[in-house]
Amino acid sequence: MTPEESKQEVYTLTRDDFKPEGAVKWCAGCGDYAILASIQAVLVELGGRKEDIVFVSGIGCSSRFPYYMNTYGFHGLHGRGAAIASGIKIANPKLQVWHITGDGDSMAIGGNHFIHTIRRNIDMNIVIFNNKIYGLTKGQYSPTSPRGLVTKSSPEGVIENPFTPGELVMGAQGTFFARAVDTEPKMMKEILKAAALHKGTSVVEILQNCVIFNNQIHAAITNKETKDDHQIYLEAGKPMLFGKNLEKGLIFKNNKLRVARIGENGVTLDDILIHDPTNPEEMLHYTLVKMGLPEFPVAMGVIRACDCNEPYDKLYEKQMEEAKKHSKIKCMDDLLNSGNVLDL
Amino acid sequence: MDNKNHQIIELEHVVVKLAGDSGDGMQLSGSQFSDTTAIEGHDLATFPDYPAEIRAPQGTVAGVSGFQLHFGHIKVETPGDLADVLIALNPAALKVNMKWVKPGATIIVDVDSFEPKDIEKAGYSQNPLDDGTLGGYKMVKAPITSLSHATCLELGLDAKSADRTKNQFALGMLYYLFNKDIDLGANFLEEKFAKKPIVSEANKAVLRAGYHFAETVEEFDFTYRIKPSDDMKGRYRSIAGNTAAAWGLMAAAEKAGLELFLGSYPITPATEILQELAHQKQLGVKTLQAEDEIAGINSAIGAAFAGKLAATSTSGPGLALKSEAIGLAVITELPLVIIDVQRGGPSTGLPTKPEQADLMQALFGRNGESPVVVMAASTPANCFDYAFMAAKIAVEHMVPVILLTDGYLANGSELWKIPKMSELPEITPHLVKDNDPNYKPYLRDKETLARSWAVPGQEGLRHRIGGLEKEDVIGTVSHDPLNHQKMVGLRQEKVYRVANVIPKLEVYGEDTGDLLVVGWGGTYGHLVSAVKDLQTEGKKISLAHFNYIYPLPRNTEEVLKGFKKIIVCELNNGQFIYWLRAMFPQYQYLTYHKVQGLPFLINELKSKFTEILKEY
Repeated sequence: MTPEESKQEVYTLTRDDFKPEGAVKWCAGCGDYAILASIQAVLVELGGRKEDIVFVSGIGCSSRFPYYMNTYGFHGLHGRGAAIASGIKIANPKLQVWHITGDGDSMAIGGNHFIHTIRRNIDMNIVIFNNKIYGLTKGQYSPTSPRGLVTKSSPEGVIENPFTPGELVMGAQGTFFARAVDTEPKMMKEILKAAALHKGTSVVEILQNCVIFNNQIHAAITNKETKDDHQIYLEAGKPMLFGKNLEKGLIFKNNKLRVARIGENGVTLDDILIHDPTNPEEMLHYTLVKMGLPEFPVAMGVIRACDCNEPYDKLYEKQMEEAKKHSKIKCMDDLLNSGNVLDL
Repeated sequence: MDNKNHQIIELEHVVVKLAGDSGDGMQLSGSQFSDTTAIEGHDLATFPDYPAEIRAPQGTVAGVSGFQLHFGHIKVETPGDLADVLIALNPAALKVNMKWVKPGATIIVDVDSFEPKDIEKAGYSQNPLDDGTLGGYKMVKAPITSLSHATCLELGLDAKSADRTKNQFALGMLYYLFNKDIDLGANFLEEKFAKKPIVSEANKAVLRAGYHFAETVEEFDFTYRIKPSDDMKGRYRSIAGNTAAAWGLMAAAEKAGLELFLGSYPITPATEILQELAHQKQLGVKTLQAEDEIAGINSAIGAAFAGKLAATSTSGPGLALKSEAIGLAVITELPLVIIDVQRGGPSTGLPTKPEQADLMQALFGRNGESPVVVMAASTPANCFDYAFMAAKIAVEHMVPVILLTDGYLANGSELWKIPKMSELPEITPHLVKDNDPNYKPYLRDKETLARSWAVPGQEGLRHRIGGLEKEDVIGTVSHDPLNHQKMVGLRQEKVYRVANVIPKLEVYGEDTGDLLVVGWGGTYGHLVSAVKDLQTEGKKISLAHFNYIYPLPRNTEEVLKGFKKIIVCELNNGQFIYWLRAMFPQYQYLTYHKVQGLPFLINELKSKFTEILKEY
């Protein structure tokens, strides 16, 4: 096949293309299974060469992920997945790089790599499995555990303030942030696909249930009975509505985000905020990320997807091209003999 | 310039030291003078000596910056122990450097800077120029500041800018004293300040003013001349260790047909490697200035996985932070070059001073059985060769390699015969062809035990690697006890087998004798100079200098057994000696070690060796 023909080839992939060689070894009932299935489904939808896909991870339950995908994969060190993934993407910008991480891996030991990868806006997809607990070490509190959570390492309850991953993304000038729950496969697929198509660092936080050490931590958000009132699914260009009959919405009044009922206190559909994830101004996105129970529903969906910054790897390639175009030095012999040389 | 009506003395070699405040441009004028001596065909070695603080309080001893140059007609191996000529631009520079000048040395001072407050700032109780303490030296008291100012005023420069030119006045005097072509000095300035014509003009004018001052005043009864070196034929350039290391990696990448990736974090004294490579995008070099040392090496590991010649550069504290990731490179069996430009430790230690105390860290500083190849460069210029060889071994053996240099090699520079790329050894990476039906991630080359290197993007070779133990050949995660033992053994044996491809240990001098001096890394110049001098005196002394430490050259034992006594010399508290004792316990080793953040002095080595040799 000539390179030209190769370019034109349409790749049709199926779920089987990504089936692992060995067994998947997460606990029965773990939310990770649903995420794995969603990512495989998204890759099938996206098409492309499966050889160009790389999954990179750190350490933790979530970080076993690369072993369960029949792609190129790298199971790295605790917290360092983002740095390894950065090296892979900068080395070969043609690759589609996914970094799978957890709340301990990315928010604690890997916090520095997490924020700097986002700040650089390297074109990769970071997926955080947030179960608000250390699972692989059997049940210590994590940086996202809520205050008061009793765990093996916080017998009287957590006294630290938790991180919300999205806050760090906004603080690091992230260009893409989305949130989903592991109980909604359709939502996960839509969001993961948007993340994959985003040019720049995309961060998807998936509220994932650890069935063993922190079971039902997200129950208030995901329960069938309460989810309509406790989640708001944000979609670009649509009003920010929630509730069983979409009877509630978000309004901005007196410099503050508020929940309002349509038809009450003179609030009409026109008063409801329209979601614009593309707005470079991140303050509203930041507010949406921070919304939490009981005052607010928890925001799901693509909260921010802004193409305001060119990805690092693209800019780097441009600098490389410019340098190659303008430099007189074309090979090592040129460099060795450049500048101040003397013939004796 | 031969029409001077005074005597010209021929010298074989000479050591010059320029010292002043850290803002006085001593490094610039040092490089400028080195360039001129190189262009005139002298062999040379230089060493900058600068404070860790960027601008310590002006006029204090903490803020003194120095630049030492040793040049000659003969082969120059070190920047020299003690200076024949010292330029001191203030009392603090004089105070700091008096212990580093030879008896009877020529000392040029800026007499304008010896006001009572300057003298006090330097910590002198009285003016050293008047109190008779400098009686044994040839003192030249020049009004450097005032004459530089006067020259600049004519060109319309303000006093502050004029102040920055006084290094050139002093340098102009040196050009005269050594019969150097002043135009070469002026050309350097023209290039350096090409974008600032006024600065260029002022500096050139002050340089010439210094030259004419020296010519006119009757301070110098004679001047010196050093003949060009005889055995230097071909094309040369001056090169510092960090640049040489960066270029060595680039040369290896070109030879291997790979692109170079450096993931690094700024750290003294290694930063210039990152800086140099950041300027080489035109040759396909990629650099990432990472958020920390850990990300530096992990990004390099990612790049290695993606098929690049990957490297990271650091110093001791950074190597400590990289330990965990080096283990990852060991278990994933990816090629990786780690350059550790050693400095004084522990902890932050002496950031700008050389030391050889990271050897144990390089050999053993990781969790688990984690063998890596350890090498050391021994001159500023051969940082090129050993960086090249480190990369060659890494990609041909699929193994991490730690290359040790130090602050002395990194910042020191010497004249270097420029190699031709066609003359460098070939490098053949262990790459796999697409869809190779026999590919398995941990299938090994029978000779080297290197696993194959399949790269994301390649068809039919998808695989997963990582920090968990892998099953031999197929590379899936394995907790099997016997498999673990086997893999530990294979990774170890792979490093041992590197000994099959490294050169034999060479002996400088006879293969047998009374005393074998053993050294490694950056101490070569001092050790070889001391040994050479004693050989000339007829002593039965030889030098074995190690560049390959793990594994050691195959003939090491053969070399050691040829001598009645062995002395291991190193700039630490005795680390290589542990390694030799572990490997060859049958020999007795004497030791000479020094941990002062300073290189050896040739004279101290000679006294030590002579003392030992007296017994014969």
